[in-house]
Amino acid sequence: MFSHRFSRHVLILAAVAALGACGSQPTAQTTTAPTGAATPAAAGSALTITDPWVKTTKMGMTAAFGTLVNTTDADIAVVAGTSPLSPKIELHEVVESGGKMVMRPKEGGFVVPARGTHELRPGGDHIMLMGVTEEVKPGARIPFTLTVKDGSPLEFTAVGKDFAGAKEDYQHGAGH
Amino acid sequence: MASGISRRALLAGGATLPVAGGLTRDGASTVTPAKPTAMHTTGPAATHTEPTAVSARAVEPFDGAHQAGIATEPQAHAVFLGLDLRPGSDKEAIVRLLQLLTDDARRLTQGRPALADTEPELAADPARLTITFGFGPGLFASAGVKSPVAALPAFSIDRLDRRWSGGDLLVQVCADDPVTVAHALRMVVKDARSFARVRWTQRGFRRSAHAHSPGTTQRNLMGQLDGTVNPADLDRAVWISEGPEWLRGGTTLVLRRIRMNLETWDAADRVAREFTIGRRLDTGAPLTGRAERDEPDFSRLNRLGFPVIPEYAHIRRARVNDPGQRILRRPYNYDEGVAADGSSDSGLIFVSYQADIGRQFIPVQRRLAEGDLLNEWITPVGSAVFAVPPGCAPGGWIGDRLLA
Repeated sequence: MFSHRFSRHVLILAAVAALGACGSQPTAQTTTAPTGAATPAAAGSALTITDPWVKTTKMGMTAAFGTLVNTTDADIAVVAGTSPLSPKIELHEVVESGGKMVMRPKEGGFVVPARGTHELRPGGDHIMLMGVTEEVKPGARIPFTLTVKDGSPLEFTAVGKDFAGAKEDYQHGAGH
Repeated sequence: MASGISRRALLAGGATLPVAGGLTRDGASTVTPAKPTAMHTTGPAATHTEPTAVSARAVEPFDGAHQAGIATEPQAHAVFLGLDLRPGSDKEAIVRLLQLLTDDARRLTQGRPALADTEPELAADPARLTITFGFGPGLFASAGVKSPVAALPAFSIDRLDRRWSGGDLLVQVCADDPVTVAHALRMVVKDARSFARVRWTQRGFRRSAHAHSPGTTQRNLMGQLDGTVNPADLDRAVWISEGPEWLRGGTTLVLRRIRMNLETWDAADRVAREFTIGRRLDTGAPLTGRAERDEPDFSRLNRLGFPVIPEYAHIRRARVNDPGQRILRRPYNYDEGVAADGSSDSGLIFVSYQADIGRQFIPVQRRLAEGDLLNEWITPVGSAVFAVPPGCAPGGWIGDRLLA
């Protein structure tokens, strides 16, 4: 059901897959999100997100979470994300490496199964904001756009929430 | 054990059947659980656990014209949280705070985890959870809005402690389960503390939902039925229908922490106790009547020519003849632990709701302060007032008509 007119995003996907360890390379995809006008309207509701939230921070790094919901009969791959809050955003997973949990860019992005959901949560897959330029206050409404492979982007607003956990983001990012 | 099944137990067990039928027909929020003793002797294990599970899942609505937790049949457990806004928590910050807390309340009361809830399993049994918000004078000052409420005038009987008094924002959390209350409080505090400091928490309790029937007047720790005379027409007595548009459908809340001196109360015999209140301790009937709901006859004299209900009996001094001017009392007991010498720190978290504090509450409190036999044993140690905004629509937030 997806056409080839979004080949640009396939390239982005390749760029994400090529990334190494957390935060070690710059990412280019944050400026390439298509506008809503360039995408078929029918695909607009194919992917939704419920309960999006972002961990508050003064500046630097933080992460956003929520549950991606696929209402179509085909898998949907989320390959990039943008937000005016941070010039650099990555799609991360948390995996065990050498006896400790580390985060790293997720190869292929987040794949939301057909008629299924994909949860972004502390300690698991998450949207990583690498360089937050201004404070994310509790209750703030932060706009996000997720780039979907071969589909229209998903735009949503995440609410700032104070949260003690999700510290893997900071520990591993700080070392780079 | 089998021979122990008495005729009385069988009768009691039979009586449980219509009650169980009522659970599914009427919804779970006004359940009268059968007595556990009857369940043990007559039913299989499944029958025994059913009422508990049903009432744990019972849900009170959140969205509506009025906030829940006021007209709601009082739940067994409550915590009152008094918050003070931090310096710099201006109107924009207050809006974010109220949006966050409304979202928490809307989810938790409906049995769903709060957003970013670290213990989502604790949200599964709302147990009639309600979360109610009140705005103190300090919140209005921070938001740059004229406050519709002010601290109560000083009363001669008051011995107020700052640690139980005042507050910019009240969060009232009530449920029939104490774990539910603790989880909701924890979630609210976690979302509030960037904006505010905790000024006080006051925990209270009433008879558990399984220990008495809905609509039963609660007993305070002095053993008295407490809350017999409440208004029936809340549209007149409680809900605000005039003044600022944003407050219509809301009300006002007075919280008074009232310490009971149970040591000296112990020394009072039953005649003195009933004389003090003007009601019988067992039935709650006025000394001139036979049943709790009988109207007191304040003019009746005894053989010696003295009033049967004394001039300074509590119910005479607290009396408001116009039902539309009565306050809605929804008190909780507190019992904070026992000192080394065995003396108690017990009392009442007196909570009343009324459309107009100046017209409905203060005259009664003034009469009680001037002369109430009960003052011998009780002392107000905390006092706070709040404007309670109306409820909100789905997608709205508490206070949106004032601050949006």
